[in-house]
Amino acid sequence: MSGDQQNETDDKNKAVSDTGKPEQPQARMVTVSIMGKPALVPDDSTIMRAIEYSGQQIIRGAGCREGFCGACGTIYRLPGDYRIHTGLACTTLVQEGMALSQIPSVPLEKAVYDLETLTPDVDTIKALYPVVFRCVACGTCTKACPQGLQVMDYIQSAMRGDIAELMELSYECVGCGLCALRCPSEIIQHKVAILGKRLYGRYLRKESKELDIRIRQVKNHEYDGEYAELMSLDREALSERYYARDTE
Amino acid sequence: MYPDYLKDSLEKVNQTRSKRLELAKSDKPVYPPMNAAEREDVLSKFHPDSASAARSHIRIGPNKGEQLTTEITDLLEAHSMLDPKRMEESLANPDYETDMLIIGGGGAGCWAAITAIKNGIKPMIATKLRLGDANSMMSEGGMQAAVTPQDSPTRHYLDAIGGGHFDNKPELVRALTEDGPEVVRELENLGVMWDKMEDGSLQVLHGGGTSHKRMVSCRDYIGAVIMRTLMDEVENHPDEISVREFEPAIELLLDDKGQCAGAVLYNLDTEQFMVVRAKTTVITTGGFGRLHIRGFATTNHYGATGDGLVMAYRAGANLKFMDSVQYHPTGAIYPEQIAGFLITEKIRGAGGQPLNKDG
Ligand SMILES: Cc1cc2nc3c(=O)[nH]c(=O)nc-3n(C[C@H](O)[C@H](O)[C@H](O)COP(=O)(O)OP(=O)(O)OC[C@H]3O[C@@H](n4cnc5c(N)ncnc54)[C@H](O)[C@@H]3O)c2cc1C
Ligand code: SF4
Ligand code: SF4
Ligand code: FES
Repeated sequence: MSGDQQNETDDKNKAVSDTGKPEQPQARMVTVSIMGKPALVPDDSTIMRAIEYSGQQIIRGAGCREGFCGACGTIYRLPGDYRIHTGLACTTLVQEGMALSQIPSVPLEKAVYDLETLTPDVDTIKALYPVVFRCVACGTCTKACPQGLQVMDYIQSAMRGDIAELMELSYECVGCGLCALRCPSEIIQHKVAILGKRLYGRYLRKESKELDIRIRQVKNHEYDGEYAELMSLDREALSERYYARDTE
Repeated sequence: MYPDYLKDSLEKVNQTRSKRLELAKSDKPVYPPMNAAEREDVLSKFHPDSASAARSHIRIGPNKGEQLTTEITDLLEAHSMLDPKRMEESLANPDYETDMLIIGGGGAGCWAAITAIKNGIKPMIATKLRLGDANSMMSEGGMQAAVTPQDSPTRHYLDAIGGGHFDNKPELVRALTEDGPEVVRELENLGVMWDKMEDGSLQVLHGGGTSHKRMVSCRDYIGAVIMRTLMDEVENHPDEISVREFEPAIELLLDDKGQCAGAVLYNLDTEQFMVVRAKTTVITTGGFGRLHIRGFATTNHYGATGDGLVMAYRAGANLKFMDSVQYHPTGAIYPEQIAGFLITEKIRGAGGQPLNKDG
């Protein structure tokens, strides 16, 4: 993979010089420790790129490469700083002296449930994730969250059975599990979050009458005639129809 | 804050801004729609697929002699990772047996698994990375379904057929457009939270090439919301759906009648080959952006390398439409760490104006 990445950058630099634009300046290098091994990497690289630049291959620890999937949770320390920092490898930039390690997977036991038998309230939280009630409101999860979510607050919403707020506050959770690893009460926040979202979507949503009607129209074969007609048209007739179609 | 090589472009954008704003406000089109000839002209001059090296003739297999995307041709012509002789023993003693092998744990794969168990079939998902490490997780803007009274599935059909230059398979486009509304409902019953209006109707926007507003959404995270919901549902059936992560399929297996009978997986951790015997096999391995076609940056996830196409081709499948690639028209080029990051088409639906190099 590191080869590909390198080519990608080379190509880009080339494209710039081909069009007579100035070459991008040479990157400055920084030294980081990648899972215990020191490596010299460009200072503008993400942690993910730095790992690949150093020649290490990523098997676990990379998915979307754009901050959506949560596969790339990483912990690191910085020089002269006692704290453990957390971040997503694909969106966090390296810094001089950074010592980092990727988290290949987060062990946990997800509650197994049948959504159809649940109620969107605190009883469900009690039944499926009683561990939530051990929260001591320390705020460590919120500090750990690379998405900047108010994780502690959504756990508090879960404790109150406020499913709408749980959904709202955890909407942008990428499921990296970094909060769960840092929580002194061993709560698995991101799994509580997805439960809350599904309860909201299933039970607390506003119903769409328009959608009911459309589904009924399809089931009653109301479009069969139009489909048959469109599907019988040859390319030219279809093209004519397409370019003359009405727009909203 | 911007580097020098972007300054000229920015200036041009600023120069034309007030005029464009006026047009947008007056409800007149900022750009008049192009006719077929104008489209063809622009595409043939600028579309990356139209460069001469973009395609090459394939020398072997069911599509022999056709012009395919060069990077795909290279893969289809490559040697297998497997030495069939060394597989004989494990072929006689498969490592896994299943009713239904689903290759790929993205949106399509998880949906297939959920549909299978509803029909009493116990499937196995074999996927390259983690479940849900897939392009499905990444889609941002929304998905198309004709859900409003102004719109209809047949209008959607016409838009899609035209967008595909009238080459699409009509039956597939019909299924896509006719099933759309029902899929929206099924997904919300699984817990997907659609963006809604006050009265509960679905919020819809224009998408690329739509004649009517029909893009439903979950804020800017439609893929993540759908994918996490489907994954959670798959994981709610541990006794019915078995999931093997980090075990990509590398080759399909055929029985003595030439029908697909499973696949060989490659365990990324132990580097072993694992044989799966399956009564039926479904390929849901998604696209191939990570091949970096024509040297382009990609918005695709780490595992999007077209594996399913290659496997199916070796097993004798004829591939369709391998001469073109969908390039997403809008992406970031600056700053460096988000170069290649997709800018969703919703931005245009919401009034964003694409400009050419002359502003
Ligand atoms: C950034 C981005 C934004 C997008 N935005 C939109 C949008 O707004 N609207 C829209 O409609 N579409 C959008 N798309 C497109 C859409 O996401 C995809 O078309 C769709 O998700 C494909 O689903 P899939 O299940 O077929 O493939 P994927 O979701 O890619 O799943 C394929 C799975 O197969 C696995 N796999 C690959 N090779 C193997 C192998 N050899 N063995 C086993 N498993 C394998 C992969 O790891 C992956 O898990 C977007 C795509 C991207 C990348
Ligand atoms: S809430 Fe937890 S799992 Fe979700 S993004 Fe934040 S740290 Fe990651
Ligand atoms: S880290 Fe755990 S205990 Fe602390 S606030 Fe978060 S959920 Fe509560
Ligand atoms: S690789 Fe998906 S969030 Fe970083």
